[in-house]
Amino acid sequence: MNDSFLLDGEDIPFTPGQTVMQAATAAGKYIPHLCWHPDFAAHGSCKLCTVKIGGRFATACTVRASAGQEVENRTEELDAKRRTLLQLLFVEGNHFCPSCEKSGDCALQATAYEMGMLTPHFDHFYPDRPVDASHPDVLLEFNRCIMCELCVRASRDVDGKNVFALAGRGTKSHLIVNSESGQLADTDFAATDRAAEVCPVGVILKKRVGFAVPIGRRTYDLKPISAAGTEGEREDAADKTALREKEAG
Amino acid sequence: MATPELERILARHRRDPLQLLQILIEVQAREAWLAPATLSAIADALGVPRARVESTASFYSFLHTRPAGEFRILFSDNITDRMLGNQALMKSLCDKLWLEPGKVSEDGLVSVDTTSCTGMCDQGPAALANGRTITRLTPARIDEMAHLIRRRVPVGDWPPEWFHVDDNIRRRDVLLDHGLAPGNALAAALDRGPTGLLGEIERSGLRGRGGAGFGSDIKWRSCRDAWGDAHYVICNADEGEPGTFKDRVLLASHFDLVVDGMCIAGMAIGANKGFIYLRGEYRYLLDRLETRLAQRREQGLLGRNILGRGFSFDIEIHLGAGAYICGEESALIESLEGKPGKPRIRPPFPVTNGYRGQPSTVNNVETLALAALIAVHGGEWFRAIGTPASTGTKLLSVSGDVERPGIYEFPFGVTVAEVLEAAGARDTQAVTSAGAAGHCLAADEFDRRIAFEDVATGGSIMVFDHSRDMFEVARNFLHFFAHESCGFCTPCRVGTAVNARLMDKLAADRGSPYDLEEMARMHRLMQGASHCGLGNTATIALEDILAKFRPAFERRLHSPEYEPAFDLDAALTQARRMTGRDDAGAHLGDNREALAAERAHGQGNPASAEPASAKDLQP
Ligand SMILES: Cc1cc2nc3c(=O)[nH]c(=O)nc-3n(C[C@H](O)[C@H](O)[C@H](O)COP(=O)(O)O)c2cc1C
Ligand code: SF4
Ligand code: SF4
Repeated sequence: MNDSFLLDGEDIPFTPGQTVMQAATAAGKYIPHLCWHPDFAAHGSCKLCTVKIGGRFATACTVRASAGQEVENRTEELDAKRRTLLQLLFVEGNHFCPSCEKSGDCALQATAYEMGMLTPHFDHFYPDRPVDASHPDVLLEFNRCIMCELCVRASRDVDGKNVFALAGRGTKSHLIVNSESGQLADTDFAATDRAAEVCPVGVILKKRVGFAVPIGRRTYDLKPISAAGTEGEREDAADKTALREKEAG
Repeated sequence: MATPELERILARHRRDPLQLLQILIEVQAREAWLAPATLSAIADALGVPRARVESTASFYSFLHTRPAGEFRILFSDNITDRMLGNQALMKSLCDKLWLEPGKVSEDGLVSVDTTSCTGMCDQGPAALANGRTITRLTPARIDEMAHLIRRRVPVGDWPPEWFHVDDNIRRRDVLLDHGLAPGNALAAALDRGPTGLLGEIERSGLRGRGGAGFGSDIKWRSCRDAWGDAHYVICNADEGEPGTFKDRVLLASHFDLVVDGMCIAGMAIGANKGFIYLRGEYRYLLDRLETRLAQRREQGLLGRNILGRGFSFDIEIHLGAGAYICGEESALIESLEGKPGKPRIRPPFPVTNGYRGQPSTVNNVETLALAALIAVHGGEWFRAIGTPASTGTKLLSVSGDVERPGIYEFPFGVTVAEVLEAAGARDTQAVTSAGAAGHCLAADEFDRRIAFEDVATGGSIMVFDHSRDMFEVARNFLHFFAHESCGFCTPCRVGTAVNARLMDKLAADRGSPYDLEEMARMHRLMQGASHCGLGNTATIALEDILAKFRPAFERRLHSPEYEPAFDLDAALTQARRMTGRDDAGAHLGDNREALAAERAHGQGNPASAEPASAKDLQP
């Protein structure tokens, strides 16, 4: 007999040890998230995946699935909280989507669409975070960092390089790289690193490939993140690469 | 830095990356700040990525990764320090030294800034000078301080009476009157053995004094039962809650009882090693405590084969470096391991996966001292004190508008009014029950009882009489949380900052009821969505103050409608100057007047006057 729990009233099977997020994703269900990625250990920091289990809030990416759990996910209450979280992320950084190379491929933007976020709502913080263009192949646009630590995890756990880390505290939190100069060029970072492709927003950008796929034909232009971002995440990534290659000629 | 000096520090810490925070604190004590090359040298020596070293160095308030001045003065900025006039004193010091707060003087001599509560609320206004605690600041002391700094007199040569810290114990009960000699409790515990002792702790009904009130016997038992290579006892002496200073007094005057308590916990859970995590603000106690630990080792009360009874247990003191979040137990463990103090994902809990991933119990200073008492007198004796659900006594740090600020030990169940009476409070308007993170009580609630089942407290009782502006109390708290949020999770990192900005907007007379609703909305988000207790409790006092002292907020509302945080007309000043215009058309009319006029004509449609952002969906 398979174990299962209820997600918004639907039966979701799981194998022991799986988190609610893992089980839901495997079942093709979308629980909004930004800092979670199937290939990396859960972080639990963005809080977009906050669900209600037995009336209590929990992050779907860190809580283990257990038989008979009743999980609320896409309720108006939770999506409203997610909208507020997204607004907080938008005003904390500087996100000018129309001029961002990641537009259409950006999980923050796509999740905001999915949640029906219409405006940033809060007064902008306008942080001052200078761009690092020192590396020959990659640009760092710190203004868009949402502190998800995916690049930190990818560089540490997959690339074995520890190029990235978060420094500072509170709203002074910011991404740093592993060099005394603070410049990416002075690290051993390479554009072929896994960390070069995990950023859900437009911070880590490869140079000279911008707009290879025109806006309007990008991942989340074609499908909303609820459809593109779950179990099809990697297949879509493959599609996208194929498309990009085709476009680039 | 001279390499041999760094070498000595590194060698003393066995080049152990887990000692990183301790290494950084010591290096900075010699260098005044941590230069980029210093961080690189440390990273090389420890064999860890440089970014990891920078990550830790930049997390803690008392560590400086930029030049910070030869003299670094930090004024304690809790609400009680404010009530005692710290702001005027800080301004006067800055004026005398030609300084702007938060900036280093051009000659690199001095910087003056604020810091969160230093735990001296009963003898403020307080400050830290190069990390050393100064109490009872006065205008005369500030004058002299400016002279000393200008003449470059080292802080160690400043008048010794400035650094005097009083205990101010006002009421003693079973704990503060324990009358035990060092080691007495430990011997009693060894007689009882682990099982016997755990039985007594269970019978006593002891609940943790760090705030949450978790059953100590359950914590110790689950830690003892958890499998691991080693077990650890951790004494949480971080005491960062604004208005608390009871642990400081226990450490200063009842340290042997605390150490006995730690050894007892070690025996109970099967640990041979303990840590005291001492907040950086209590650095002045460190040498004294280290000396006492050394003496105890000589007396056979610590270390190998304690009291000749075959039990070995030793204690290491780790210093914090200015981060309230490090009081949260999993953040504390991260900090003990030399990392930024960010709370871990839980479960697993520290009792199974704590320090070095091993089973660890984290207990408050007072809890450990009480465990020592219970070892001597037994669980029944303890349970007879207090209330059935909250046994024993509680140390209360009382400060603010009272005649006799200080430490009061009362059995649980005492009413707030009785505490106020004992401390000589008059005309009291409000009382915090658990510092900035807990509830705020109004006068009609003073007959409530201090106990986990009624008014829970970690011990921070701050008293505000009717002359105080409760809005400023809330504003101070919100700035505290914005400063102390670790930044890990979105709701707390950004939510605390949004709240602090909204309060500043209100303080600048630019607020509207809409802003109050915004804060209520932030409260609903942060409670539940936040990763740890900091974000979950950061708006409790605000919620109470908003509900119970609303006029203090309403007084400040500029308009009944939405107000932007900035003055639209003032923003055009530069444009006017550049274009040389100052005619009526170059000015925006006063929003208020325009609105009033519209309404007077009966055609006001407030919604249409709102900018788009105000129309967004409300959760
Ligand atoms: C933000 C935050 C700060 C805390 N600060 C302290 C502290 O300074 N001292 C303390 O004993 N507990 C503090 N705690 C509670 C600890 O996490 C933990 O519950 C406590 O040390 C357990 O000890 P006890 O069982 O003896 O009460 C804090 C919790 C949070 C969420
Ligand atoms: S750079 Fe991108 S991947 Fe890295 S923490 Fe920031 S948002 Fe996350
Ligand atoms: S609630 Fe605040 S302090 Fe706690 S983890 Fe989140 S950001 Fe850090």
